[in-house]
Amino acid sequence: MTVHPLATRIGAPTPVAVHNLAKSWPGAQRPVFSELDIDCPAGGITIIVGPSGCGKTTFLRCLCGLDVPTKGEIRFGDQDVTRIDAQHRGVAMVFQNYALYPTKTAFDNIAFPLRMARVGAAETADRVRAAAALTRIEGLLERLPSQLSGGQRQRVGIARAIVRGPSVLLMDEPLSNLDTKLRVEMRAELSALQRELGATTVYVTHDQTEALALADHLIVMRDGKIEQQGAPEEIFRHPADVFVADFLGSMNLLAVRREGEGMVLADGTRVSSLPGAPSSGSFQLGFRAEDAHIGGLAGDRATLPAMVRRSELMGSERLVHLHCGGVALRARLKQAVAPGEHIDLHVHASALHYFSDDGQRAGAVA
Amino acid sequence: MTTHAGETRSRIMQAGIHIALAAGAVFMLLPFWLMLRTSFTAPDQIFSGNVLTLTHFSLDNYARVFAEVPLLRYYLNGFVVVGTIFLGQVVICVPAAYALSRLRFAGRELGLWIVLAAMMVPYHATAIPIYVLLSQFGLINTHGALILPFIGSAFSVFLLRQFFLSIPQSVFESARLDGASPYRILIHIVFPMARPAIITFGILSFVSHWNDYFWPSFVLRNDFAATVPFGIVRFLDQELGADYGPQMAAATLTVLPLLIGFLIAQRQLIAGIAMSSGQVD
Repeated sequence: MTVHPLATRIGAPTPVAVHNLAKSWPGAQRPVFSELDIDCPAGGITIIVGPSGCGKTTFLRCLCGLDVPTKGEIRFGDQDVTRIDAQHRGVAMVFQNYALYPTKTAFDNIAFPLRMARVGAAETADRVRAAAALTRIEGLLERLPSQLSGGQRQRVGIARAIVRGPSVLLMDEPLSNLDTKLRVEMRAELSALQRELGATTVYVTHDQTEALALADHLIVMRDGKIEQQGAPEEIFRHPADVFVADFLGSMNLLAVRREGEGMVLADGTRVSSLPGAPSSGSFQLGFRAEDAHIGGLAGDRATLPAMVRRSELMGSERLVHLHCGGVALRARLKQAVAPGEHIDLHVHASALHYFSDDGQRAGAVA
Repeated sequence: MTTHAGETRSRIMQAGIHIALAAGAVFMLLPFWLMLRTSFTAPDQIFSGNVLTLTHFSLDNYARVFAEVPLLRYYLNGFVVVGTIFLGQVVICVPAAYALSRLRFAGRELGLWIVLAAMMVPYHATAIPIYVLLSQFGLINTHGALILPFIGSAFSVFLLRQFFLSIPQSVFESARLDGASPYRILIHIVFPMARPAIITFGILSFVSHWNDYFWPSFVLRNDFAATVPFGIVRFLDQELGADYGPQMAAATLTVLPLLIGFLIAQRQLIAGIAMSSGQVD
């Protein structure tokens, strides 16, 4: 797949930066978001992930000019675009519900931005075909949106967004309306397409798998604030607080307190040793389901006594629901275990995370 | 045995329902048939023999109507008036409805309330002030008097507004991001999408203004700008008294365009009134 020169008229990719950005609706108690400082790497994918209502979509609408921020500035490269209207900002957007024009064929949908820019008919046709080739919908150009499947509609939506060769491409949960299998396929395609186009992309989602799979730069938002931003690998390995830990990869969390020499869990269960535990009187212990093992783990480790409640076969491994220290835990285990069985759960020292009582990261991971 | 009895009972039920419906149909259609029958019967035969059957077919009544009444002028007036009202409504009401449903501006809520209030007021109530205005502008007894008061239709604005609300906002936002100005969004996106709604209010507008008798009789003095119902009623009063044959021929000619239109465009009409936006979501 080679990029048609007409489909991508991107010069040097534009970095997108926002500084101290805030948005509040008139009469609302709380701002939608505030004090946002974000640098989106030029030519890369920045993913903003967070639960519903965290302000991520409103942020995207401010980036493209559909909403005006209350405070702060938005820069595309050297240009301050904060007050420029959406019509003139030159960004393209892919919408969750596709937002195709129902009375126009796929061809006319894709051609629409070019017609608005008064591009000639011959060049329009060439560029529409190039964009359609990239999104693999060449055979569907004469159809109306109502004659296309969900995946095909979103391909048309993506082709319409890239046809002008925008330097900034925004995506608002573009895969959320597709079924699981299609979503995984489209995710891979979207990633490949973005690499080829090289447009600076800002992508909003609530799906943590999508976020980790696609991001060059990952931003986790909650309640209008940035909880953590950075490389996805780094965030996954060193979540800054319990919210991030739980939201990305749903971490098991246990409350631990020191009693004399030893440490006990919330229900009084004693734990032998926790390598690298913070020195405070109480803290939270976290580990991921896939880092838990039973038996045969060498080196520094923590051991937790747990009771099996339920086991679900996931194929090569099992998702085991456990009861430990008064809370429910999950572990991905290779071995078969029976409900009611008492087991010792081992977690390697390098896979242990510690958080203070107020949820912030505490202690270092080896 | 029970199934057999059940079947019989359901057949009786079905028969009963159909008889009731047939009686209703006769009640609806009989006046219509009597109109047609009378119009095609020679004047001296109308009250002789069976009133329900057409035995003495004749076109005399129609010949007389065409000879004595400037019917073509009434038709022409009717089409000009109804067509201009419709075009005016499209030009005024589609942008107004779009603005009220999808643009943010100060006074939008107030505007909507005014539209709703205007819908509640029958136009007979404002007839006299409008008459005064029209006479100030010297429009009494002209086509303008029949057209202007109906161009800004609150009902059409409301109907279209509800229709636009059913289209996801993202479609319009997408057009804005694609570089379209509000004016071009209107031309390229809103008008094509509004077609089903425009057809619906077009039908309602056409039928009500074609058939309207009150307003022409209020603002017209002679048959210079007369539409079909007004022209024919004048003709009935002045020329024919109790001459039923030509009267019924004239009545038939009044409903004829609507009837033909309905037969030609039956499917579009029903689809238009059901008003599916064909939108994709």
